[in-house]
Amino acid sequence: MPLSSKHLLGLSGVPKEDIQLILDTAVTFREILERPIKKVPTLKGKTIVNLFFENSTRTRISFELAQKRLSADTVNFTTSSSSTKKGETFKDTVLNIEAMKIDMIVVRHQSAGVPQFLTKISNASIINAGDGRHEHPTQALLDMYSIKEKIGKIDGLKVCIVGDIAHSRVAISNIAGLISMGAKVSVCGPATMIPKSIESLGVTVHHDINKAIAENDVLNILRIQLERKAGTNIPSLREYHNYFGVTEERLEKNNKDILILHPGPINRGVEISSEVADGPYQVILDQVTNGVAVRMAVLYLLGTMN
Amino acid sequence: MKIAIKGLKILNPQQDLNIKGDLLIEDGIIKKVGDLTDEELSGAKIYELDNHYCVPGLFDMHVHLREPGREDEETVETGCNAAANGGFTAIACMPNTSPNADSSEVVRYIKDQAANHLVNVYPIGAVTVERKGENLAPIAEMFDAGAVGFSDDGVAVKSAGILKSAMEYTKMYDAPIIEHCEDESLSDGHMNESAVSTLLGIPPLPSVSEDLIVMRDILIAEYVGARVHIAHISSKNAVDLVRQAKKKGIQVTAEVTPHHFTLTDESLKTYDTNYKMNPPLREEKDVEAMIEGLKDGTIDCIASDHAPHSSEEKEFEFIYAPNGILGLETQLGIALTELYHKKVLTMEQMVEKLSINPRKILNIPIPEIKEGEKADLTIFDADAVWTVDLKKQKSKSKNSPFDKKLLTGKQTATICNQKMFIDNEFMDI
Repeated sequence: MPLSSKHLLGLSGVPKEDIQLILDTAVTFREILERPIKKVPTLKGKTIVNLFFENSTRTRISFELAQKRLSADTVNFTTSSSSTKKGETFKDTVLNIEAMKIDMIVVRHQSAGVPQFLTKISNASIINAGDGRHEHPTQALLDMYSIKEKIGKIDGLKVCIVGDIAHSRVAISNIAGLISMGAKVSVCGPATMIPKSIESLGVTVHHDINKAIAENDVLNILRIQLERKAGTNIPSLREYHNYFGVTEERLEKNNKDILILHPGPINRGVEISSEVADGPYQVILDQVTNGVAVRMAVLYLLGTMN
Repeated sequence: MKIAIKGLKILNPQQDLNIKGDLLIEDGIIKKVGDLTDEELSGAKIYELDNHYCVPGLFDMHVHLREPGREDEETVETGCNAAANGGFTAIACMPNTSPNADSSEVVRYIKDQAANHLVNVYPIGAVTVERKGENLAPIAEMFDAGAVGFSDDGVAVKSAGILKSAMEYTKMYDAPIIEHCEDESLSDGHMNESAVSTLLGIPPLPSVSEDLIVMRDILIAEYVGARVHIAHISSKNAVDLVRQAKKKGIQVTAEVTPHHFTLTDESLKTYDTNYKMNPPLREEKDVEAMIEGLKDGTIDCIASDHAPHSSEEKEFEFIYAPNGILGLETQLGIALTELYHKKVLTMEQMVEKLSINPRKILNIPIPEIKEGEKADLTIFDADAVWTVDLKKQKSKSKNSPFDKKLLTGKQTATICNQKMFIDNEFMDI
């Protein structure tokens, strides 16, 4: 059974069957990554453009590797300037690229809604690699894959997303995906980093990191963006670490069976201590490996739909 | 030229006028209101507009004409054409042009551009130089040049200090300060803060940003004893604040746009930038508060905040696209559809909010429908069902979320300055 849409714009509203299919398909690709020759001819002849309007070396490399291992032809378009500054509008840039006859576009942009806009002006399959603070569906998929790989299931698990929920595209995608797969989701962070009415997405909210550790099977720790000025959302990084940082001491005291995820890049000593980042609870680097497999699955499923 | 229009419902609550009858206009002057004899009809161009309403010319007190500076988006002429097509015989235009209307020269320039048009244009002057909120603009000079109110629209007057000063000054001329109510320190977002902004990941603008400035302005208006007009009111709390202030006798008035009394932030779920405006579309409770405010008189008038933008700019990524939508040519239709036909307002109240009250706020004489007066009239068919077609609109820009919308109620004839706009044509009368 194919996916229900030719695009992956987000996980909100995506049927459970689609998520399940992607996660199942990723298992096969995860095995390929363990082979000496990590390449299959599945997308031979398909052209994919990675359209990155915002710096993101990790996500771009992960997508690019996934594309190369599927034998697709890939082109990278990377710029950090917006249409207002560049002279050519965003729409014209896309129409130009579209005119070169491409099959898929992987897009990262600082504005929410850009992937949706692309579906209106392009015939290609659109994959959202992060739009503003809206969604980052492949990150949530790889997070769910990693949970399943480690614990064996998602249904019935308690998962807490910790940190700056308000400015995170990872949070919204994770919430949508996890709830759809049967997990109980909560968010924990300082009130200044919890967006308005987040409860309407089906999550509970609290502000106690020890409780978050004690009551959950999985913590997904979001990065505190250091470039965001401390002093407006949080008094200082030190205070954040003291009240919301995940440390070995807190884990040992509250819950020794917990699984720690972090989408990276990590800030050691801020949202996560070095001991935890390198310790036995976490699967941070597995997430990176799984990311390639999950993106291969998404590219494969969307690229072979017609 | 002699014109006879027959079968009208002639209505002007200001004159206690509500009759069924004909209208005879000669050389732009009303010659008779009532039944016309064969003798009076002889030689006249006759229009049979049975049961169409005839009311004092509609007035839109919040329009962006974009001239000088962005003539690619709208000019005084195209904006006036749009006004006539929408049934408005007069508009007030906001000063956020390039250069700003912060001098008598720019105010005069705008008036000159409109000099020969059917539509009367009343410029609003800037409160402060370049609308920067630092130094008072030459308010007296602009007033003498024809400015009828003062506003830094686009932003609120920056500080309470300069606003107090401006109110003391405008009070001498009994001119209102028209405020775009938004607290700068709370306003780095692109849509209303709500569950929807959280779901869409669009940086939010909290409604308290509007409420704070409404409160500030009401308090300063009370303290100074001056007049303040709240432009495009959009939040429930702001309506409550205005209602309380009016009860206390503070000289505050308010306007609401058609989009704020009909649409909510749910519309943004498609990321269509034609729903991006400032103040942003808010929630159901706010829309209900607008309706309630219109009903009980807390909200004095309806104004479009007609804001033309080029299609290339509206097609920018959501966070980079400019705020605002067209309004002049859909306003009457939306107001009739949503307020009159849904029995929120009576036709008398509609006329007050679309014609009489804006003029009262700006101290502009209200046209009378009687013998010897200049004809300044809007005629519309309240029951005409039509579909909005942006391609047929007169505005130079096309940014509207109301394209293809079915409306009930449409302009038939707009008459002013010895000109008539009817059947999609201007004619001298």
